[in-house]
Amino acid sequence: MMQLKCPWCGLRDESEFVCGGTTHLIRPDLSVTDATWGEYLFFRDNPRGVHLERWRHAYGCGQWFNVARHTVTHEVLSVYAMTDPPPAHS
Amino acid sequence: MKYSALALLRGALSAHRNWVPAWRSPEPKPTYDVVIVGGGGHGLAAAYYLAKNHGVRNVALLERGWIGGGNTGRNTTIVRSNYLFPESARLYDFALKCYEGLSRELNFNIMLSQRGIVMLAHSRHDLDSMARWANAMRMNGIDAQILTRDEVAARAPLLDMSPDARFPVLGGFTQRRAGTARHDAVAWGYARAADALGVDIIQNCEVSGFLSGAGGRVVGVETSRGRIRAERIGIAAAGHSSVLAKLAGFRLPVVSYALQAMVTEPLKPALDTVVSSPGTGAYVSQSDKGEMVIGAGLDLFPSYAQRGSFAVLQGVIAATLALFPSFSRLRLLRQWAGIVDVVHDSSPIIGPTPVPGLYINCGWGTGGFKAIPAGGWTLAHVLATGRNHELAEPFQLERFITGRLIDEAAAAGIAH
Repeated sequence: MMQLKCPWCGLRDESEFVCGGTTHLIRPDLSVTDATWGEYLFFRDNPRGVHLERWRHAYGCGQWFNVARHTVTHEVLSVYAMTDPPPAHS
Repeated sequence: MKYSALALLRGALSAHRNWVPAWRSPEPKPTYDVVIVGGGGHGLAAAYYLAKNHGVRNVALLERGWIGGGNTGRNTTIVRSNYLFPESARLYDFALKCYEGLSRELNFNIMLSQRGIVMLAHSRHDLDSMARWANAMRMNGIDAQILTRDEVAARAPLLDMSPDARFPVLGGFTQRRAGTARHDAVAWGYARAADALGVDIIQNCEVSGFLSGAGGRVVGVETSRGRIRAERIGIAAAGHSSVLAKLAGFRLPVVSYALQAMVTEPLKPALDTVVSSPGTGAYVSQSDKGEMVIGAGLDLFPSYAQRGSFAVLQGVIAATLALFPSFSRLRLLRQWAGIVDVVHDSSPIIGPTPVPGLYINCGWGTGGFKAIPAGGWTLAHVLATGRNHELAEPFQLERFITGRLIDEAAAAGIAH
């Protein structure tokens, strides 16, 4: 089973977490075009490689955090805080 | 050669030395009218319908591995058309109707078995939503029948119907025309029929880039077997759609997830319908070989690993055994996962891309196998004519800009 390292609780099984999808998405201004808004809502890089994503320790401390994870090997390359800038993996 | 009882007899008399490969393995030509990227069911069906419906026979189908080796070989072989919205009902029932005549049309037994699907309701809320679901289907002209608790018990006697069952069954509904089809046979049947009409099926040929011409128009592909030029290119690569889209310079509203399934050791006939329990995320049918084919929900994090999470495996096994306690002594033979391309409204995308000349068939998520004839038919139509088929018109990329989504998440049958 995949394990993730919660910054607060340490290494725990995947079944304690939920994935919140791609992180570092920035909501555009509400005055943008439909195309820009649709791009923000739905369109994703969906990389075959390193993916920067957010996870929540749902069945633990309940905290959100960011993870850099490889989508083929599932190797976790780094765990960092929600407000940290993107790491230089990708 | 035509397959028939007579051909079999002739084979028997000649010690079976008369059989020829079902399709050729040609070297790629430098130029084709149309190139299709992806040799799964949808790509093979598109190649076949291009040749048959539109007379476009100078077609190459490029497959990175071997045909039918991706999601076409990794699904749970279920066919059904129990969707909610009229647009989806038309599309999926068109596919099911094609399946009903496909063995004869392709002269290849796809082993379609319309054994029906039983959807289980485990709560009062499930009963209400399934009544709404079945009624929506009937409004769309598709067969559906609400089942009482006793009718469900009669259809699947091994279900735990005791009062203290962990997931009590209160009723459900059925689509009788649903069932299973042999997944490999669908791929091989389409491949053989497309090849007979002149399509070049080229395996072990990975696309590594798209050639760009005047005005950004696509004019060909770079592959592991050289450069192949074509004015029109179709992508049917399921879970890897985003990878190909990136090579062509655009993004899709798609996230790739692993979807897993497994089979038990074979046993005598014990379950003659497909049983699906949306509430617990498990569904089961018995293959013609006797194996119990068990399907799970998605591993809910992005993945391109064709493995499947052990946490999800445990969950689906627990749910299956709660529904069918007598399966607890069975051993699992195999477990695997396919990479599926999930879009926000659980409906497909079939049509043009932002790159002129490049068309795509993707976004089938957890349910592409059942739709193979419709996906192939409509992709072939837009490749041949440059116009969307009317069945595919609602399923365009623009809907993610206009907001006209066709949200089938509730009918996808698998937890998203």
